Amino acid sequence: MKSVYIVDDSIISPLGFSVEENLQNLKNNTTGIVEVKDTSIHTDSFYGGLIDEKRLTDAWDALSEIASYTKLEKMMLLAMQRLLDKNPQLDITRCGVLISTTKGNIDQLKENNTDRAYLDTLASAIQQFYKLGNSPTIISNACISGGLAIAIAKRMIQAGHYEDVIVVGGDLLSEFTLSGFFSFQAVSPKPCKPFSKNRTGISLGEAAAATWISGSIKNTNISEVVEVVGEASANDANHISGPSRTGEGLYLSIQRALDEAKVSASDIDYISAHGTATPFNDEMESIAFSRSGLEDIPVNSLKGYYGHTLGASALLETIIAKHHLLANEVVCSLGFDELGVSYPIDVIKKNKAIAMQHVLKTASGFGGCNVALVLKKVSI
Amino acid sequence: MADLQLELKEKIIEQLSLEDIEVSDIDDNDPLFGDGLGLDSIDALELIVLLEKDYGIKLKDPKEGKAIFESIGVMAAYIENNRTK
Amino acid sequence: MMVEDYKITSFCSIKDNKVIVDNKVLYVHEEQGTVKEFTKAIYKSLGIKYPKFYKMDTLCKLGFLATEALLRNAEKPDNQTALVLSNRSSSLATDRIHQESIANKEDYFPSPAVFVYTLPNIVLGEISIRHQFKGENAFFVSEQFDAKLLTDYSRLLLDTNKASNVICGWVNLDSNKYDVFLAIISRKGNTILTEEQLNKLYHT
Repeated sequence: MKSVYIVDDSIISPLGFSVEENLQNLKNNTTGIVEVKDTSIHTDSFYGGLIDEKRLTDAWDALSEIASYTKLEKMMLLAMQRLLDKNPQLDITRCGVLISTTKGNIDQLKENNTDRAYLDTLASAIQQFYKLGNSPTIISNACISGGLAIAIAKRMIQAGHYEDVIVVGGDLLSEFTLSGFFSFQAVSPKPCKPFSKNRTGISLGEAAAATWISGSIKNTNISEVVEVVGEASANDANHISGPSRTGEGLYLSIQRALDEAKVSASDIDYISAHGTATPFNDEMESIAFSRSGLEDIPVNSLKGYYGHTLGASALLETIIAKHHLLANEVVCSLGFDELGVSYPIDVIKKNKAIAMQHVLKTASGFGGCNVALVLKKVSI
Repeated sequence: MADLQLELKEKIIEQLSLEDIEVSDIDDNDPLFGDGLGLDSIDALELIVLLEKDYGIKLKDPKEGKAIFESIGVMAAYIENNRTK
Repeated sequence: MMVEDYKITSFCSIKDNKVIVDNKVLYVHEEQGTVKEFTKAIYKSLGIKYPKFYKMDTLCKLGFLATEALLRNAEKPDNQTALVLSNRSSSLATDRIHQESIANKEDYFPSPAVFVYTLPNIVLGEISIRHQFKGENAFFVSEQFDAKLLTDYSRLLLDTNKASNVICGWVNLDSNKYDVFLAIISRKGNTILTEEQLNKLYHT
């Protein structure tokens, strides 16, 4: 089977508008989650990771004169454009383009701008901006969308549909989703604390990210790249919102991804978990990791830095995992204090250096869906 | 109290979409969760909304729901003592 | 690369008040009414006993019923069956209900039982729970039925043994208008899977 690489990427998030800025903030253990007082999102103040409007507007104005794009479209187009600017040899009109999002321009529903709330309208906006021959393909699979999109990109490249795929993911911190998670009693009154004893729920965030997945390596000035060597999704077949008590789907997706990568649990050097900080989700992940023989592998969740960025999260977190894999460095699982799950997983308490070759990225979401990706560092 | 219990049964059937169940199928002392009506975690969250919306009762801790939603009888007694509307 | 032929083993549509499986009409709804009433009538006519059905939103009911109709006389697909569904309107029918519940600050009661359905892939979850499918899941959104995407992606899942069978198709609901087409793709049957064939069956 053809090798597939994550060649390059870009991030637009509360922790920065470039990958470097994001990595530096992570290294400093800076969180993007702050107390937000914005009654257009929620009556009372709440903790969340919002992108600074002024910074976004300024960045957008530097890119385009067209003001009619929505906030999310601007975020996603900026992420894509930064990726393209860094890689002038990449011709987007010859690439497959995948969009991962859960709710797209859902903020437009409130404005009675219903047409704009359709996800294919978001795809059209991106198509028109880049004058693409075909409309991008949209994947909307709850909180695993971003990771699943990488898996699908890999499959499409291996099946010969494309040589290069750009995956762009994004979601907003909107009143729509926040109110829903409040009704689920799932929003943390303080910045979220994944895997901790005193965790009480999620913090929401927003971000866009883009990545270039390719069947070949074109950068000749680098010595190491990250290959996607295994991936799988699986359904719990148990409950549409409650995480499985046995971690079934996550366990299955990890097994299948490891099988495809032809590695065993002990070959994994680090796990970038989903870790939303709801009591049941984190417990489920600890069960699945334990069942998979991954208890002793260092693990963190980046939700303490970004909050839960929904359809962007697994893409954003895979990009960070890729850079940490290349740098042989991982950051602490921000918000973690005392272990609060049933199985003794090795949550990373302090930034540290780890010699890494294989990294496991996982995500789980509503609908009982789970995805696992195995990344491998290879020398070229 | 009997009126409130009947009202609760009707509301629960309506709100939780228990279409195959009649008011007469629910005994005041039947457990609502587990083997009883077979309600699940989303139903429990929905009942928390029902308490607030219809009776003005806002739970401080959603975990309190577990004891309150034991049966129609227990739920009605709790509402009787705590309702603000 | 070796190219294996896969088959469209069986297919089902729910449109224009009818449920049709492999060109045979399974149910015709004579009354005018809401899609919700229509789905309930299909549920009754298929003789299903599954109380969770009533809790689903209408999009999930449609996907659930099409799968029930498709599988009622078929050999039960194993748990490595992949689900690859698509539509245009995502979960907007339910999104609008959730949005209404938060429109007024004085009467602000979002419902968890509504919110959980504001994702299109919940239909994959409901079908997986019913049939214990623990395989690959993907929900795509496109402007219209995309036979090429569904054909290519189903083929790829079977080629790479990521799935034993695939149930793929289109489940759309918007403002009381619905359009459902599902197909089982496997190695069994007589109709060879091609983009043209899938498109033709969708349009009949």
